[in-house]
Amino acid sequence: MKKVNMMIDIARCSDCNNCFLSCKDEHWDNDNLPIAVSQPRFGHRWMDILNIERGQYPLQDVAYLPLPCMHCDNAPCIKAATNGAVYKREDGIVIIDPVKAKGQKQLVEACPYKVIYWNEESQLPQKCTMCAHLLDDGTWKEPRCTFACPTGTLNFLYLEDDEMAEKIKAENLEVYHPEYGTKPRVYYKNLYRFTKCHVTGSVELHDKKDCADGAIVTLTNVGTQQNIVTETNNYGDFKVDKLEPNSGEYTLMVEYPGYGSKTIKVDLITSINVGSVYLTR
Amino acid sequence: MGETKRYTNSTTGGPVFVDVKDDKIVRMYPMELTDEDAPNWEIEARGRTFTPSRKTTITPVTAAWKSQIYSPKRVLYPMKRVDFDVNGERNCENRGSSEYERISWEEALNIVSSEIIRVKRDFGPGAIMSTASSHHLWGNIGYRFSTLFRFMNLVGFTYADHNPDSWEGWHWGGMHNWGFSWRLGNPEQYDLLEDGLQNTDMIVFWSADPETNNGIYAAFESTPRRFWLKELGVKMVFIDPYHNHSAALFGDKWLAPRSGTDAALAAGIAYIWITEGTYDKEYVATRTHGFERWTEYILGKEDGIPKDAKWAENETGIPEREIKALAREWASKKTMLGAGGLGGWGGACRATTGNEWARMMICLIAMQGMGKPGINVWSTTQGAPVDESFFFPGYAEGGISGDVDNAASGYEFAYRMFANDRPTRNPINSPQGQHIPRLRIPEAILEGKLEWRGKGFCGANVEAQFQKYEYPAPGYSKIQMYYRYGGSFIGTMTETKRYVKMYRTDKLPFVVNQSVWFEGEARFADIILPACTNFERWDISEFANCSGYIPHTYSQCNHRVISLQMKCIEPLGESKSDYQIFADLAYKLGIGDIFTDGGKTEMDWIKQYFYATDLPKGITWEKFLEKGYYVVPNKPKGSKSTPAMRWYAEDREIDTPDWGPMPSQQVARKGVQTGSGKIEFVSTSLERFDPNDMERHPVTRYIESWEGHHSPHYAQYPLQVISPHPRFSFHTMGDSKESHLNEIRDHRVLAADGHRYWIFRINTKDAEARGIKHHDLIKVFNDRGVVIMAAQVTERVPPGTAHSYESCADYLPLGEPGNSPERAGCINNLNSKRFMGKNSYGMASNSLLVQVEKWEGMES
Ligand SMILES: Nc1nc2c(c(=O)[nH]1)N[C@H]1C(S)=C(S)[C@@H](COP(=O)(O)OP(=O)(O)OC[C@H]3O[C@@H](n4cnc5c(=O)[nH]c(N)nc54)[C@H](O)[C@@H]3O)O[C@H]1N2
Ligand SMILES: Nc1nc2c(c(=O)[nH]1)N[C@H]1C(S)=C(S)[C@@H](COP(=O)(O)OP(=O)(O)OC[C@H]3O[C@@H](n4cnc5c(=O)[nH]c(N)nc54)[C@H](O)[C@@H]3O)O[C@H]1N2
Ligand code: SF4
Ligand code: SF4
Ligand code: SF4
Ligand SMILES: [Ca+2]
Ligand SMILES: [Ca+2]
Ligand SMILES: [Mo+4]
Repeated sequence: MKKVNMMIDIARCSDCNNCFLSCKDEHWDNDNLPIAVSQPRFGHRWMDILNIERGQYPLQDVAYLPLPCMHCDNAPCIKAATNGAVYKREDGIVIIDPVKAKGQKQLVEACPYKVIYWNEESQLPQKCTMCAHLLDDGTWKEPRCTFACPTGTLNFLYLEDDEMAEKIKAENLEVYHPEYGTKPRVYYKNLYRFTKCHVTGSVELHDKKDCADGAIVTLTNVGTQQNIVTETNNYGDFKVDKLEPNSGEYTLMVEYPGYGSKTIKVDLITSINVGSVYLTR
Repeated sequence: MGETKRYTNSTTGGPVFVDVKDDKIVRMYPMELTDEDAPNWEIEARGRTFTPSRKTTITPVTAAWKSQIYSPKRVLYPMKRVDFDVNGERNCENRGSSEYERISWEEALNIVSSEIIRVKRDFGPGAIMSTASSHHLWGNIGYRFSTLFRFMNLVGFTYADHNPDSWEGWHWGGMHNWGFSWRLGNPEQYDLLEDGLQNTDMIVFWSADPETNNGIYAAFESTPRRFWLKELGVKMVFIDPYHNHSAALFGDKWLAPRSGTDAALAAGIAYIWITEGTYDKEYVATRTHGFERWTEYILGKEDGIPKDAKWAENETGIPEREIKALAREWASKKTMLGAGGLGGWGGACRATTGNEWARMMICLIAMQGMGKPGINVWSTTQGAPVDESFFFPGYAEGGISGDVDNAASGYEFAYRMFANDRPTRNPINSPQGQHIPRLRIPEAILEGKLEWRGKGFCGANVEAQFQKYEYPAPGYSKIQMYYRYGGSFIGTMTETKRYVKMYRTDKLPFVVNQSVWFEGEARFADIILPACTNFERWDISEFANCSGYIPHTYSQCNHRVISLQMKCIEPLGESKSDYQIFADLAYKLGIGDIFTDGGKTEMDWIKQYFYATDLPKGITWEKFLEKGYYVVPNKPKGSKSTPAMRWYAEDREIDTPDWGPMPSQQVARKGVQTGSGKIEFVSTSLERFDPNDMERHPVTRYIESWEGHHSPHYAQYPLQVISPHPRFSFHTMGDSKESHLNEIRDHRVLAADGHRYWIFRINTKDAEARGIKHHDLIKVFNDRGVVIMAAQVTERVPPGTAHSYESCADYLPLGEPGNSPERAGCINNLNSKRFMGKNSYGMASNSLLVQVEKWEGMES
């Protein structure tokens, strides 16, 4: 049977927050029993937008990671609930029962993704419901957040599991924090923009005060001796991306015909801009 | 329990469907079009066919609307300052400190109407000052140009004219290089989406962040266009002291000039094009004026300083090599200059050197052949192929006032709306009457004397901005009463503690504020009248259609959506529509039947409005009432496209539907609206007016900022702050008021004390040097004041530059109002009231020098 999935493309998200706000519009001050009761005006982020800046001025980049409940197929929250207060529906949605879950504050800590919020007033743990009340109602074909997303970052996919598996392969989708082992139904595209790091720099032909266009940049991992080769663009800028944070020592060699080459040592902890590299004849 | 019913409405951030149940708004969301609605346009370009989505878009402020309607900061009842007695002690000096008490509508209307009558009798109608803020809850009937002006024109008042805040540098500067006075100096934008998709190789976004500003009112309609352009391989370069949100999403290169030095960067680019011979020589020779004299300035023959890349590096802080690389790439590619987010505008135009930035933008694009295929001023936000021949007015066209002096009514609308009726006019608010520039309201009250040039938006012709004015105007009384509509100025004008001080004096004997929310300025009124939102009354409008000085603004949208704005719920508390408030007052003043035109309801006006537009050509009144919206069909496929300024580049008569240039300002219907009829590097209008004004010289040039890195006080206040338009709120709309926007991570920061602080963005190195950590509370200050904010430590500004959005909606002094640190986040407390130049009466709000320290509380 068809089940719910969400595909989130990190490279398209602009942090506009339409998803975060539309979620609040739907779930604040509205009771949608039996799926959920109202969330408070402030304090909950059922759709949270995490942010990261990588590297340094002026070659830094930024990325945003929209984080709803993962609707895990192997959900720790279900196991942590007493009284069957958290359950998985046939369509894959994980629901916290707003009656049975009363007082079960332990659920907030049970979720490794930290997407369960405590509602002090109603004494309830609450989270993203995948807008199940709207899907069940039949008038809505997708949740509020995906509907309001203007960039195509959030995509609601109602698919058979094998169709989804094909999609995952075709689009190179990944899950966030696979090490948690919870089998999320929310998949990310271009996740490296959030989880990996880069090395950037800018190369000048120093005698002419020109940008070095087409300089060859070779980044070598000292430990593995693996090379990554790239070229500078017409602004002399280069960027080597998708590197593992804390992956140790690298050497960065810059070459340009007619100029002496330069080598820089990089201890890669997190993204780094090596700055201007001046080549001389 | 009732049924859930779907209504329609609209906002500054797009039209919406609104689900309502039991007189309560359940949700609101973008409109999804159906097969019944007009089909999409299609653009063929580079082997692909582009067509928009069948859904409208909304902005964050609209996504958060429900939380602003049901806001604890709503004014729900008429209020009176507790120590204000209209017949006794007024205690004006306590404004901003005293509490308020609820009074009845009857008492409120009696106080306000008796004061209007007293002031008119003793001082004349010119002694009543009124002004609204720029932006208004959406709807052409309820809009300030419509309902407020109808009332005020009938009562009589001195209007505090708005400065052309959105346009400043284009208005006071750009207009002198290429005219476009009817657009206040911004260029036309017709059919540029097709041109861009078909012909452009690169876009230089210079002071433009369309993901944030959305042009204006157009939500995310243009976002897919930028994705398309990227897919086609169009390169995007961003020039902005802040690594803005469009740059973050689409940028291939980011250059961050030191604030105030953009014109130097432009001069550096021109130097390279001139010395390397990489500009459009034929275009410059035949379509422009003054190039040789300007070249002498650029090459340094005039002042001994060649404006070469090394010089430009010294001014801007951008490495010489990058200036050269940009100049060369630009010259080698068909490039659109996205100067400002609308194609025109841009924070750089609201700065000390805003005139020269705008003028330089015109010079650069002229050098590359403005109007030729793929070469234009375009920020991707306008120029969709919608049908401009279908008439539906924008809010600036005056609605039920029909005011032809202060709205664009006279262009085509007043004659249709008032064919059998009388529009309203106010002689005081005509060039012969009395005026006050909004930026000088405090001085008008406190000092009682003003002189300046240019009344408000000077769109009639290029010379209108030279006209001299004085306050009080001959024979008029000074202001005795301020009827303020909205409460934003402490967050949006310049050096804004001035406004606070103005309120706390008996030189201003009576203040009424008509507001939806208890915002910054509302706390300074004697009487507060509670207005309701547009979700609690009826109205009619079109998506992103303001018109006026932006004719055909709806070309920002992918579909022309005209909505009936339905009354979704009953007004909250005792609030009323602005129309109802004015009608009630008008009856007290004996002019009720004139104001309501014999008792018309808002719905009666909407119906009259409907029939004054082209709507009946497409939909019946009955169907419109039932369905709630109408999508204007596009022109038939294959209709001729008329890209902006192509006619000019090809030396033809104008063929676009633009409102100008008026034949009176052209010779034989050819050319642009300048003395030479050509785009001017050396301005003939400035030559005629004041050839010796070094702040605005006929020869377009770089001038040093008076609030920048050459200023004497730079040593003491070494951080240059830019304060552009807030990303999540629409100016003050949506901010504070316990709206959901307040919880967005990049809007405000919740501190341990429970207050949500406004964000100040500062480079890692500058923060480290001051011992400031991410989200620390900081004191931002200069001689003009102190504002407490939360630091966002970031690499998105260079060292020495900082960033904090304008338009905080509240004003929260920690002590005496006007004389103490402020913690709502009014960065505009700190900028200078000084006009851009001695002959340019605009705000330089984006130029600001400050120092920053960790905030340790009041005792420090
Ligand atoms: N530092 C800095 N300052 C700037 C700028 C900048 O770039 N930097 N930009 C400038 C620009 S371009 C602009 S446009 C201005 C905007 O500055 P303003 O015009 O001062 O700001 P708005 O937020 O538009 O103000 C709207 C006010 O009207 C009220 N209001 C809205 N709708 C209604 C209604 O239906 N009824 C009633 N009674 N009241 C209503 C709102 O509550 C609010 O108080 O800011 C300018 N200030
Ligand atoms: N979300 C949102 N959208 C809005 C508004 C809003 O309040 N909120 N307001 C609307 C209104 S009234 C208007 S007038 C338009 C304004 O539209 P714009 O004038 O285009 O917008 P701004 O935000 O003032 O400036 C755009 C960019 O200019 C940059 N900038 C500021 N100073 C400089 C400078 O000195 N040099 C350079 N190169 N760049 C600079 C800013 O960092 C910003 O990224 O936006 C409209 N849209
Ligand atoms: S993300 Fe957390 S709350 Fe959601 S299903 Fe998984 S464990 Fe449960
Ligand atoms: S699916 Fe619904 S509940 Fe979940 S984040 Fe989106 S809007 Fe919120
Ligand atoms: S609505 Fe889409 S683009 Fe906007 S923040 Fe959410 S995911 Fe990102
Ligand atoms: Ca057209
Ligand atoms: Ca006036
Ligand atoms: Mo504006």
